[in-house]
Amino acid sequence: MTRTQARRTRFAPGTVPVLVVLAVLLVALAFVGTAYQQPAGYLALLKRAAPLMILAIGQYFVIVSGGFDLSVGSLVTAEVVIAARLIDGDDSATGWVILVLLLIGAVVGLVNGVITTRLLVPSFIVTLGMLLVLDGAVFLWTGGAPRGALSDSFRTIGRQGIDGVPVIGQVPWSVVVLAVLVTMAVVFMRGPTGRTLVAVGDNETAVWLGGGRVERLRTLAFVLSGLSAAVAAILLGGFAGVSAQVGDGLEFRVITAVVLGGVVLGGGRGSVVAAMAGALTLESLFSLLNLLGVSGGLESTVQGVIIIAAVAYAAIDWRRKRA
Amino acid sequence: MTATQAAQPVRHNATSRGRVTPTLMVYLALVVLLVVGSVLVAMRGGVLLDHGGILNILTRSTVLGLVAIGQTMVILTGSLDLSPAYLIGLCSLIAAETMAGDPGMVVPAVLLTVGFAALVGLVNGLVITALKVNAFIATLGVALIIRGYLENTYTGPAGSVPRGFQHLGYDRIGPVPLSTVVMLVIAVAVWWYLTRTKGGYHVYAVGGDAEVARLSGIRTGRTIVMTHVLCSVMAGLAALFLVSRLGSGAPLVGADGGYDLESIAAVVLGGTLLSGGRGGVAGTIGGVLILATLDTVFDDLGVTPFLKDVVRGAVLIVAVALYARSQLARRAR
Repeated sequence: MTRTQARRTRFAPGTVPVLVVLAVLLVALAFVGTAYQQPAGYLALLKRAAPLMILAIGQYFVIVSGGFDLSVGSLVTAEVVIAARLIDGDDSATGWVILVLLLIGAVVGLVNGVITTRLLVPSFIVTLGMLLVLDGAVFLWTGGAPRGALSDSFRTIGRQGIDGVPVIGQVPWSVVVLAVLVTMAVVFMRGPTGRTLVAVGDNETAVWLGGGRVERLRTLAFVLSGLSAAVAAILLGGFAGVSAQVGDGLEFRVITAVVLGGVVLGGGRGSVVAAMAGALTLESLFSLLNLLGVSGGLESTVQGVIIIAAVAYAAIDWRRKRA
Repeated sequence: MTATQAAQPVRHNATSRGRVTPTLMVYLALVVLLVVGSVLVAMRGGVLLDHGGILNILTRSTVLGLVAIGQTMVILTGSLDLSPAYLIGLCSLIAAETMAGDPGMVVPAVLLTVGFAALVGLVNGLVITALKVNAFIATLGVALIIRGYLENTYTGPAGSVPRGFQHLGYDRIGPVPLSTVVMLVIAVAVWWYLTRTKGGYHVYAVGGDAEVARLSGIRTGRTIVMTHVLCSVMAGLAALFLVSRLGSGAPLVGADGGYDLESIAAVVLGGTLLSGGRGGVAGTIGGVLILATLDTVFDDLGVTPFLKDVVRGAVLIVAVALYARSQLARRAR
């Protein structure tokens, strides 16, 4: 069945609905907001959406291999606060601090992965514990509130772009980073490691019996998720500045995004492009609601309705196909 | 009371005789924590378990205990509830605004609050069973819907409760708050239901293997919906206690308390498997008491609240790792 499907469309199952919704939203934006009648408007949207989309890539790896990562929100906050404290306004520190941030992201992911796979603690609990630890540790270190400041060159990545590009004007650095990461993610998922990762989420035992290194793959997924949080934090820190609330609720928002992209919780199903499309859809929707004058308070309500509707829709489709 | 509670399920659930069950481990850990905590506090010239200390621990345990009891039932069926935090906020507002300081409106307000909570639980359950939405997503969705409503409608505390209703939150029997007694009575009732009735066995069966339970003739959907209704009702009761202490409803009272993830942490700390089918209320109450004792010890020691979070997270992970280890050892036999 999946074979005929694959022949009919080149998209992974569950990808088409989110792309249709995304296309509708993007067209609707052009009708509602004057800024969206030029390419720059959409580029600005991409720039805003880039952190969530990058987080969605990381979360996709974890979810598709059968886990959860609830720690990304607090990891983003921790990274931004750490960056501010380490840089403390000193421009020359930017380079090594970025490397340190990436390292911290990878280490947090590694710890999540190792505890999940070696100590057999469910990833929900591990990353929940990590959430608490990170939340506490970073403010323990800074004494309750973010300290220090980000340097201008650090903030360039989130704020500035390449100027003087014909037709579209400025290409934000975040969009460039996003494009690079998307390409890497797609290539990775088409390769043997990526395919095995999906297989781990589908049937761990089968992969294990087939000689796959299940523990190593699942750990790798968490490391990639930690790295994605580090990159997202660098972009968000530049874009929005230092705040203790920068990562609040991001873990649930990114899981919403990934699920909206048709990726099934429990693993084994869904594509990384669709997960990112889910993130972009969510951001486009918020932009659209904003333009339509819907109050910011209702953002969560909309997010809640959408997430239930998307998953219920996917479930209905499944039953029909079986019948 | 806690002693009999601890002893009973141990006897009941002991699959391998003579081994340390998670429930026993939880209460042993609690005792160790109380001893170590007492020593540490004594070294700083204080007393952990004086009148005020006991009151502090029990008061902290009450609201989280209620939510965690409900969460235990839900998790035992293999489901999950992320909605209690915002539901508590909304319920506190419903209760306080309905009462509006009028003693005559207490009973209608309580009924309305519990009824509304039950309705939300019903929605949770039906979205999961009828629409086949993953429990994580379904209850997260419902939580977000409530959150959006709260953020859009309220900016701060609203409503007020009559003086008589505040007795619920402040009256005590000796050092034990009345509300804690109510919580423990509910815990015993739920423990009896889970371990001594047909409905309770169904909860364990559905959590153990939903497909096998279904083939054995259990209405799995109905069991899951029922546990979600009960869980939300517990959140409603928790809201009533909070309202009676605060004197008015507050939209973020549940979210600030982190009762969604915290209750899951307490349940898991109490030895209940997140995947369902194994565990019980006795362990959960132990888990809640451990978290409350940790908080009280840290407060007495004057440690910053941030260290609390770090320790909590570490305790949670270590505890579950230990359970997983003993589980493995048992399987290996």
